[in-house]
Amino acid sequence: MKLSNRTKVMEQGEMTLAERMYLPAIVGGMATTLKHFFSKPVTIRYPEQKRYLGPIFRGQHILKKDEQGAERCTACGLCAVACPAEAISMVAAERKPGEEKLYREEKYAKVYEVNMLRCIFCGLCEEACPKEAIFLRHDTMVPVFNSRDEVIYGKDKLVEKMDQRYLRDGWK
Amino acid sequence: MDLLSDFFLAKAAFIGIVFAITLGIAAYSTYFERKIAAFMQDRIGPDRAGPFGILQPLADAVKMFMKEDFIPANSNKWLFIAGPCLSMLTALMTSAVVPFGDTVTLGGVTFDLQGIDVNIGILWVFGIVSLGVYGILIGGWASNNKYSLLGAIRAASQNISYELAMGLAIIAILLFTGSLSTKAIVEGQQNGHWNIFYQPLGFIIFLICAFAECNRTPFDLPECETELIGGYHTEYSSMKLGFYLFAEYINMFISGAVMATLYFGGYDYPGIDFVTAQFGNNIAVFVGMGALIGKALLFVFVFMWVRWTLPRFRYDQLMGLGWAGLIPLSMYNVVVTAFGILIGKPFTAGIVGVVLLILGLLIHDQLFVKKKIA
Repeated sequence: MKLSNRTKVMEQGEMTLAERMYLPAIVGGMATTLKHFFSKPVTIRYPEQKRYLGPIFRGQHILKKDEQGAERCTACGLCAVACPAEAISMVAAERKPGEEKLYREEKYAKVYEVNMLRCIFCGLCEEACPKEAIFLRHDTMVPVFNSRDEVIYGKDKLVEKMDQRYLRDGWK
Repeated sequence: MDLLSDFFLAKAAFIGIVFAITLGIAAYSTYFERKIAAFMQDRIGPDRAGPFGILQPLADAVKMFMKEDFIPANSNKWLFIAGPCLSMLTALMTSAVVPFGDTVTLGGVTFDLQGIDVNIGILWVFGIVSLGVYGILIGGWASNNKYSLLGAIRAASQNISYELAMGLAIIAILLFTGSLSTKAIVEGQQNGHWNIFYQPLGFIIFLICAFAECNRTPFDLPECETELIGGYHTEYSSMKLGFYLFAEYINMFISGAVMATLYFGGYDYPGIDFVTAQFGNNIAVFVGMGALIGKALLFVFVFMWVRWTLPRFRYDQLMGLGWAGLIPLSMYNVVVTAFGILIGKPFTAGIVGVVLLILGLLIHDQLFVKKKIA
């Protein structure tokens, strides 16, 4: 007695003529391959072509500036505390008079470094930041590196350039 | 014979040209094999070397030459070297009797576009193809490796089995022409009287056997990677391996040319009279040569198409198909053809033969084969 009666009893007879001649099945298979022969390849030639990874992809870090071009980061260190991989380190400094155009608040990060070998791109720094200063941009990946010297990204690579501002879909 | 006579020089030049065409096509077959495989799998394929990867065969050749030419310590050294040489030699020799075109007159010299017009042309093809298995067998034996030997033995038994059916398929053609000369066979098919229309069954048998003779999928058991690593060329490297692979592609092209010669009218093409009247005999003949090469290339495409469609046969299935399937079928074909010639209606006989065969098999099926329960 079976648990359910859904099991089909299969009895395998000999193959039918069409099956034994192989040829109909072969022609059918060849039609399938010919169809694929003329269909569009799905390949993306990676280094030259890149696919859009979505609006929330977590790529390379960026330190945002505000509308006036002043850095938003105040070197509070919350990102470094939140970072599970301990990839972020920074040195804080006090803003001098006359630097109001460069830094938004009285305190700023003189050195801000992300170790890309340690970073796991979890995005917790982005969540922790109270000043909306650090983001993982969705359109740029951290490129492959060949030497360990290239691994630690300083402010020269992280701070946003005013002529190529980073915008997300939701911000517009 | 005067070695510097016009005839000799023209022949030498023609053989050189055929040689170059064959080798060039074989080299580019490797590229197109990869491209076709890629297209059939929705990929792009090699596209890095030159535009569309067109220089890929050159890159492959450089790679092959640069690799270490390794000879295993316990191998039979001379036979190990002789194996790929023999494969290459036999592959290239077959093209000698393929008629690439009718006679042309260039610079006052008239000559055939055919290496040698011997009256045993098709026997020559068979003889050389049978020799071809020696290249594989010697290579596999000399490697002193179980896998290689198994592959070589498979190649030998497979080739012997399928040569029988192939020969019987050709006998039906010979009944038509009454000559073994390839030239006579082609001339008998001029003006659209291609043998394929009279011999549909024979062509299918010949095509299947050609696959087996070229060791191509679904009959590529000699080099079956999953079971035998590389089969007979497991131990080979560098240009010796290159020769084996190259010989396979040459064989594909040549067997395509032979099939075009035997079944598709050789250098015949529709509108040959028009071209002859319009542009003269020489142009028409060279267009015919192009037509033959085109037909052969079409077969090369079919070879590749099948390779990327079908899985490999099991060894007993292969032998069963050869001995129990194709040989009786080709004998039947010979009888039907002979009968057709006897009553003077070969075309009708060819069609009726196929219909009768399918009917007979259907009736046999109804009577004796246990049905599946749907």
